[in-house]
Amino acid sequence: MTLVNDAPLNRYRTMRRIRTFEERVGELFLKGQSAGSMLHLSIGEEAVVGLTDHMAEGDTFTTHHRGHGIFLARGADPMRMLAEIGGREAGYCRGKGGSMHIADRSLGHLGANAIVGGGIPHIIGAGITARNTGSDAISVAFFGDGAMGQGILYEAMNMAALWKLPVVFCCINNQYGMGTRVDRSAGRQDFPARAEAFGLQAARADGADVEVVHDTARTIVEGARDKQPGFLEIDAYRFHGHARMDKSPYRTPEEEEEGRRRDPLVTARIALDDAAALDAIDAKVTAEMDTAMEAAIAAPPPAPDTMFQDVYDPATPAPEPQRTRISRVLEDFA
Amino acid sequence: MTEVTYRDALRQALNDAMSEDEAVILMGEEVGLYGGAYGVTKGLLDTFGAHRVIDTPISEPGIVGAAIGAAMTGLRPVAEIMYVDFAGMVMDQLANQAAKSRYMFGGQIGVPMVLRTQGGTGRSAAAQHSQSLEAWIMHTPGLRLAMPGTVSDAYHLLRDAMRQPDPVVFIEHKGLYTMKGEIGAAPDAPWGQPARRRAGQDLTIATYSRMLHETLTAAAAMAPEVEVEVIDLRCLNPLDDSLLMESVRRTGRCMIVTEAVTTGSVASEIAARVTEQCFDFLEEPPLRLGGEDIPIPVSPDLESASIPEARLIEDVARWLVTREAPSWAA
Repeated sequence: MTLVNDAPLNRYRTMRRIRTFEERVGELFLKGQSAGSMLHLSIGEEAVVGLTDHMAEGDTFTTHHRGHGIFLARGADPMRMLAEIGGREAGYCRGKGGSMHIADRSLGHLGANAIVGGGIPHIIGAGITARNTGSDAISVAFFGDGAMGQGILYEAMNMAALWKLPVVFCCINNQYGMGTRVDRSAGRQDFPARAEAFGLQAARADGADVEVVHDTARTIVEGARDKQPGFLEIDAYRFHGHARMDKSPYRTPEEEEEGRRRDPLVTARIALDDAAALDAIDAKVTAEMDTAMEAAIAAPPPAPDTMFQDVYDPATPAPEPQRTRISRVLEDFA
Repeated sequence: MTEVTYRDALRQALNDAMSEDEAVILMGEEVGLYGGAYGVTKGLLDTFGAHRVIDTPISEPGIVGAAIGAAMTGLRPVAEIMYVDFAGMVMDQLANQAAKSRYMFGGQIGVPMVLRTQGGTGRSAAAQHSQSLEAWIMHTPGLRLAMPGTVSDAYHLLRDAMRQPDPVVFIEHKGLYTMKGEIGAAPDAPWGQPARRRAGQDLTIATYSRMLHETLTAAAAMAPEVEVEVIDLRCLNPLDDSLLMESVRRTGRCMIVTEAVTTGSVASEIAARVTEQCFDFLEEPPLRLGGEDIPIPVSPDLESASIPEARLIEDVARWLVTREAPSWAA
């Protein structure tokens, strides 16, 4: 049980864990240990912790492709996350999903998604389940400003309002959909106004300050538990490129410098004003992530025949490997 | 045993499943108050209430997406997409989300939902309401596909579909809703397997859905001169082809009759499998008889001419077996 007064410090710790974790993901790639380079870091977006801190056991959520931090904040084991990002058997999805498709049903994570907006409508179904089974769980869809351009978001917001479902739409606006800044993709950038138009309770919070996000999110999340679906925009800045290989040639160094000044970790350190305690947290987090990194890199890859598992449920025969089919055809013919 | 319509059998399956299991819900456009565009869900709203029979906005991707989320969290949703043609609207949710969740997430999260829809020609509904898009589904690992051609299958396949731990696309035929028949005490074949609808030794015809009936009519007209074996594929993905291959190895000839556009079709897949697995046993090349490679035209004359019917099936089958060319052959 966390004391109320420890909560801001704990939020700082969670944000530091996210920051350090994401740095390790970058290193995993540089060491040639990641599965591919489609790694989308959430550095600069850590204040999402202000919302996840209101979530409880039994709540579910879906994320976009930039969702490592959210999953970590909801209790993920960084070793199993790094193992998944590295395509290892020990990963959350046994090396089948990777960074963009990580999930853990037991922690309520219904799946990260690599189709922009793809996971958003799933919270509608989760909301129907909660309603029909009398559960007080909520379901949260996390997505970026890029998803504000997808029709499925508006279908889902309409359904949420129509059926008064216990759901929250959380738009982490990091200002960029890949290389397109939000003022080049949205005719009007007042996203909460769009949600309000559908009948949702909507707000925007400054992503440079996790405590502001936490305060703003309280009303939204409590509303959702009370069947008033909500929308929260977290105004943030994507510190790095779109994916690991992107050097952001579409924005100026000056803009980046200014954006990176809106650092929720720096804001929290100033507010908490206890360098010794915060440094101690940082050191513990570094050690935790180093251990996770080491274990993930040492973890073996999946066996080749696991490729055919989990296309359907385990009771269904696995798809026939191509070599087996070809051998069968040619041996029969001979 | 009393005869019921294909539509009644479907409704009975939904009603029975919903009575047995509170987790089963229906959602879709007009499924509640209106009773379904083709009347399949009539009365279910009164019986089960608005929390289980959910009228939705016209938001096909949202309907399928919501069903996925409900399935992931413990319900057994049956989502309805009024016409299979609207698959164009929902393919992301269907092919990228529902089909791949179990696999991408390492077996943790299944999506036990049924997507009910209907397709096919026969009502002059034109190019956007008459297609047979089963190949789109069959081309996607992770999706199951069932297409009932009989009244008994309308009931039993739908019941079986609702018991699957993975997403099932269940495609009815708009031309069969008023067809009458009996619901058997047991399914004609286990879930996932084809059913032999007629025995014969001269030619095997593989078919499904409404073309089953055109094929059976043709087969009856040819007997006893030509004895055609008719295999109803029923469950197209994953496809259990063992009964079909056993049959073709015996008859030495195979024709595949479908309503869908022929190029890149289920018929093409069957023809490829027959070629690979029965090469040494074949007297003739496997032959596809499907819909013309055109969008479906609205004129009843053009529409009916664009897909196979019993007379054409008979002509082609006879040609294949007896080498007697029909009058239309050049």
